[in-house]
Amino acid sequence: MKIILENLTKKFPNRNKKEKSEVIAVNNFSFEIEDGKLLGLLGPSGCGKSTVLNLISGLEKPTSGRIFFGDDDVTNLPPENREVGLVFQNYALYPHLTVRENIRFPLENLRGNRKLTKDQMEQKVLEAARLVQIESLLDRKPSEMSGGQQQRVAIARALVKKPRVLLLDEPLSNLDARLRLQTREELKRIQLETGITTIFVTHDQEEAMSICDSIVVMKDGSIMQHGAPQDVYDSPENLFVAKFLGSPQINVFEGQIKDGFVYIEKDRVIELKDITSFDKKQGAPDGNVFVAVRPEGFITVSDPGDDPIILRCSFDKMEVMGRDTSIICHNPAAGSAVIRAIIPSEDRPVIMGSEVCFKLKPSKVHVFYTE
Amino acid sequence: MNDKKQTLLALICLLPAILFLGVFMVYPMIDVFTYSLEEGYNFASQSYFGIGKYNYSYVLHDPYFIRALKNTFFIVLITVPLSTIIALIISLALSSVPKLKELFQTIYFLPYVTNTLAVGLVFMILFRKTAYTDGMINVLINAFGGESIDFIDGPYAAKMFVMCLYTIWVVLPFKILILTSALASVDPIYYKAAQIDATPRWRVFTRITLPMISPMVFYLVITGFIGAFKAYSDEVALFGTDLNAAGMNTIVGYIYDMLYGNSGGYPSYASAAAIILFAIVLTITVINLLVSRKTVFYR
Repeated sequence: MKIILENLTKKFPNRNKKEKSEVIAVNNFSFEIEDGKLLGLLGPSGCGKSTVLNLISGLEKPTSGRIFFGDDDVTNLPPENREVGLVFQNYALYPHLTVRENIRFPLENLRGNRKLTKDQMEQKVLEAARLVQIESLLDRKPSEMSGGQQQRVAIARALVKKPRVLLLDEPLSNLDARLRLQTREELKRIQLETGITTIFVTHDQEEAMSICDSIVVMKDGSIMQHGAPQDVYDSPENLFVAKFLGSPQINVFEGQIKDGFVYIEKDRVIELKDITSFDKKQGAPDGNVFVAVRPEGFITVSDPGDDPIILRCSFDKMEVMGRDTSIICHNPAAGSAVIRAIIPSEDRPVIMGSEVCFKLKPSKVHVFYTE
Repeated sequence: MNDKKQTLLALICLLPAILFLGVFMVYPMIDVFTYSLEEGYNFASQSYFGIGKYNYSYVLHDPYFIRALKNTFFIVLITVPLSTIIALIISLALSSVPKLKELFQTIYFLPYVTNTLAVGLVFMILFRKTAYTDGMINVLINAFGGESIDFIDGPYAAKMFVMCLYTIWVVLPFKILILTSALASVDPIYYKAAQIDATPRWRVFTRITLPMISPMVFYLVITGFIGAFKAYSDEVALFGTDLNAAGMNTIVGYIYDMLYGNSGGYPSYASAAAIILFAIVLTITVINLLVSRKTVFYR
């Protein structure tokens, strides 16, 4: 089922009733998800991701805008008629029912010509349980299971009635690190197997990047960028997206553009026309910019000689981590206290004195004009 | 700290409570039991004729006791389920009122802080038929074309009706208080999940709400049974102290009458009746507990 959001806006009245202003949780939101794809809704906490999910599920009514499932306008449809499956952050399994009863619960609500017999229900429950691999746990109560198992039950319960759309609200945030890794692969498998259009809310960029077909990066209720994970990573449209994606975080410097070159402090660091993500159409007027460099975008140069294009930083320390080596250094123009450059360990330079010199990889450098 | 020391410390801490319970609960209970077996016990001379089960036989053949037993069971069986169901309905309504919720909760809780005798007086004014007035309720009945009934001194059914109505009215506020807080403690996420799954309202109530608040409902049923079996002051509030004459006596009323009433001075009969009441309450509570194992869900 293709999902289209059109200029969706949600305003909440201010908690402080004396203030007449409204809190805008979702601001003029528009995007489209192809049928059968997995979309990640990504942003820092409090940016309105969950509100978008609640709007799609119908638990919240939009202030303005429209929602389409395929050709159906579902904007004014109550949640019970939207046929969505929702997995809550804390799973919301009914604690007094067994796993079997929990998964069967949505089926027992079907009425009219969709009403099922007991045998049909049992068969569907088993099918869903098999999909998430919990057949052996059907007679347990939720409290007798681990977080990962509960999470599978929640997914089975959301899938058992064959929803048109599956919504997942931070489904992995209650799991420990190892389980999270394993479960996200599982999620991807289940999504591919069922082919249900899925929206997945998370604040963890790694999670979203690893399994989603496309991601929407949000900030303060607005879309910052929408695209395939690699595209968004490779060519962020603004500094927020550049900083939000990638781990370790991107290094940001204050710099200038002058005569077609990018300067950091006095160093001429790269030629503007080499930077792949830079929008050349807008020309390249001189001015102040933020220069964002991915940690893997540095190449150490042991002896710069009189190379005119080089970035010089003060060396702090080196962290060797097997495959990679991190060079920690600092620069007065950097937005953060330290700069972290990650290079393959075999290219580890011998550093003489307190200075380390870098060449920058053009594809890993992003330049944004300061406002 | 080793185990022995810890046990000793625990015992010392428990000692005051054990002493008090022993002196004021356990010893009297044993005492009542011995009284109930001593035939013809006399307060003044502190003497008795012999030991046996005559006291029980007397009480069980006393028409006043049989009447009291019937009244008590009637009140219990009518008021406990009815008051719990009504309280549940009112609590559900209260919890779905978006505005003025606190005001309504206060109004429904008011009877609880009102003296039962005062409430009884109001009931009497509403229901009693005197030489001067038929009372408010009878005026209403007349308006709908019915005949006046004397609810306080009239037929048994009318008296029992007022009695049950009064009992329900008195116990309702506490039950509503407990149930509204129980309903408020159910995580709304379950209702959201149910809504997404298109669950009809009745099913949400029976399959989600009711199991979630079942421990509180069960608590109210158990304490309701025990409280109703011990009913006495409510009857006095409506029908005065001579309950035997009114035919509205209860078991506790019978015990009181045997000790201090017009026919008073029979501690042996009172003790036997008290032991019978104890046996009844114990049986009912055990049955309740057995039923609850299957129906009540604890987290």
